[in-house]
Amino acid sequence: MYKYDQYDQAMVDARVEEFRDQTRRRIAGHMNDDQFKPLRLKNGLYLQLHAYMLRVAIPYGTFNAVQMRKLAHIARTYDRGYGHFTTRQNIQYNWIKLEQAPDILAELATVEMHAIQTSGESIRNVSADQYAGAAADEIIDPRPWAETIRQMTNFMPEFSYLPRKFKIAVIASKVDRAALRWHDFALRIVRNEAGEIGFEVYAGGGMGRTPFIAHKIRDFLPTTQIFSYLQAVLRVWNRNARRDNIHKQRMKILVHELGQEEFSRQVEEAFTHFLSLGQDFPQAEYDRIAAYFTPPPFEQGLSEDLDLSDPAFAAWVRLQTVAHQAPGYAIANISLKPVGGIPGDISADQMDRVADLAERFSFGEIRATHAQNLVLPHVRKIDLPALWQELRAVGLADANLDLVTDIIACPGLDYCSLANARSIPVAQKIAERFADLERQEDIGELKIKISGCINACGHHHAGNIGILGVDKKGTENYQLLLGGSGDEETSQAKITGPGFDEDGVVNALERAVDHYRAVRQPGERFIDTYRRVGMDGFKEAIYV
Amino acid sequence: MKVLTGNDLKTGAVTWWDGVQWSLHVEDAVDVGDHADAIMAREQAAQRVNGPYAIDAEKTADGVRPAHIKDRIRALGPTVRPDLTLKPADPEIGNWVI
Ligand code: SF4
Repeated sequence: MYKYDQYDQAMVDARVEEFRDQTRRRIAGHMNDDQFKPLRLKNGLYLQLHAYMLRVAIPYGTFNAVQMRKLAHIARTYDRGYGHFTTRQNIQYNWIKLEQAPDILAELATVEMHAIQTSGESIRNVSADQYAGAAADEIIDPRPWAETIRQMTNFMPEFSYLPRKFKIAVIASKVDRAALRWHDFALRIVRNEAGEIGFEVYAGGGMGRTPFIAHKIRDFLPTTQIFSYLQAVLRVWNRNARRDNIHKQRMKILVHELGQEEFSRQVEEAFTHFLSLGQDFPQAEYDRIAAYFTPPPFEQGLSEDLDLSDPAFAAWVRLQTVAHQAPGYAIANISLKPVGGIPGDISADQMDRVADLAERFSFGEIRATHAQNLVLPHVRKIDLPALWQELRAVGLADANLDLVTDIIACPGLDYCSLANARSIPVAQKIAERFADLERQEDIGELKIKISGCINACGHHHAGNIGILGVDKKGTENYQLLLGGSGDEETSQAKITGPGFDEDGVVNALERAVDHYRAVRQPGERFIDTYRRVGMDGFKEAIYV
Repeated sequence: MKVLTGNDLKTGAVTWWDGVQWSLHVEDAVDVGDHADAIMAREQAAQRVNGPYAIDAEKTADGVRPAHIKDRIRALGPTVRPDLTLKPADPEIGNWVI
């Protein structure tokens, strides 16, 4: 894992003190909210429905036990005993007091964490495959590149006043676990015919009010040219962006309006210019960063055998563990989606427990996923029974990864000041309806994603089944969408028709699932069936 | 009736104008009639409230009930965490919100 050097630490510490002073001046009345708001947003501090909300960055979803304990401490000391993992691999606290925010940032800085660029018109936390460094199918660990990009983009003045927010993702496998093409700028690490490592580059994706799937703008970019290339992309966007219209400022709109070809042409032109400046960092700098991501000392000759005679444990192994690149090891997913719970929420006590288990079973490493779950990336298979028992003891042993109850849901109207409708109660009702594990496994992979408004933090455009909360004359209403995906065959979900009330949308969703079960062919997932048969049959089933 | 709501500057807590000061309890909210803008300007200038705005509400047997669900959730707390609401003991409170 990356470790701060003296410059990183000095920058983050200085930022804490700067924000402490800004907060002091705001509370003393020397600044009004219009003046203070952009400053607090630069430090991840929002004002939500009930209180201030602090979003803490977890770079590319990688963190460790010490950091998790600090997150637990903050939840307990400054919030109400819990936190919420988000769809951007970050964590949010919902009950923050402004007067305590600088102290929280100071606490975070002691464990090399911060909330910088988790909000505002900046380059946000770089996201990555949550299994990076562990996945059996990756070409290389993508995190050194994610970290390199983080270092290139944090605090960079030219990138601090962008037209709008800008989201980057990096993966290194064919299978896409990071919703790559839903990002403004996305890199897939590939190997060319000569065996060299480079980036396949995508640009112009994003959800929100106007969803677009990113276009591939380059088949192969040599890795050491990434800084010039990213600068070129940002320069083209900065130069052409519609800063006059908030709904048209995201880069996806520009790529769409210029067309992928013209956008790529302008990027290549700017790229030539930036390359000529010779600003790209040397390989040695990348090597320096990559050294932090040296794999942990995996044991050799471990047994692959597991006693699966306990059906509950067998189900957990079947659903929650994934192939690891090291023999004898597994990647263990920890579900934050208990039936009836709040997707992504975790108590301070559970955080502490996960930290303990990470130290005991996973070299201290933890990952946050964009699907609002956690991962212990390097667990010896022989330790899985003990891990499962320990997780069970703290209510974290649900087995439902990628099943119908593993629902992504944004905070919605229960917490969010932009919301039209509540998301969490809908997720809870769906999970309760489908709680039976046998039924869930029979349905198979089904990704449900719920947003409380058009901003799409709950990724409803990418849901196999998406739900969007809307305001219908002051009451909550829900649109149902089908056919979205955030994987390597990215697709955008389409609205089925008129919306429903809360119970109505749960019933409609169940009818869609029943229709899938009635018409699926052997081996087909929900999304496969939808793609084969199309919307019409589903519509008929939904609007009986 | 028209009532005023905002957030406490230091804590971010939801507050309601009770005619003299800002209260944490919606039932204390008073009808401000045509004086909303003047009160908000004065209170904001004095840094006693953050982002105040006027909303429609009605006076019911249970007290002041904001017209929009968003403000009812603000008044009470998240519907999914009854343990964190201002009135955790009232089993009927969900009906009040929705
Ligand atoms: S999708 Fe809307 S309601 Fe949900 S968290 Fe984002 S802004 Fe808030």
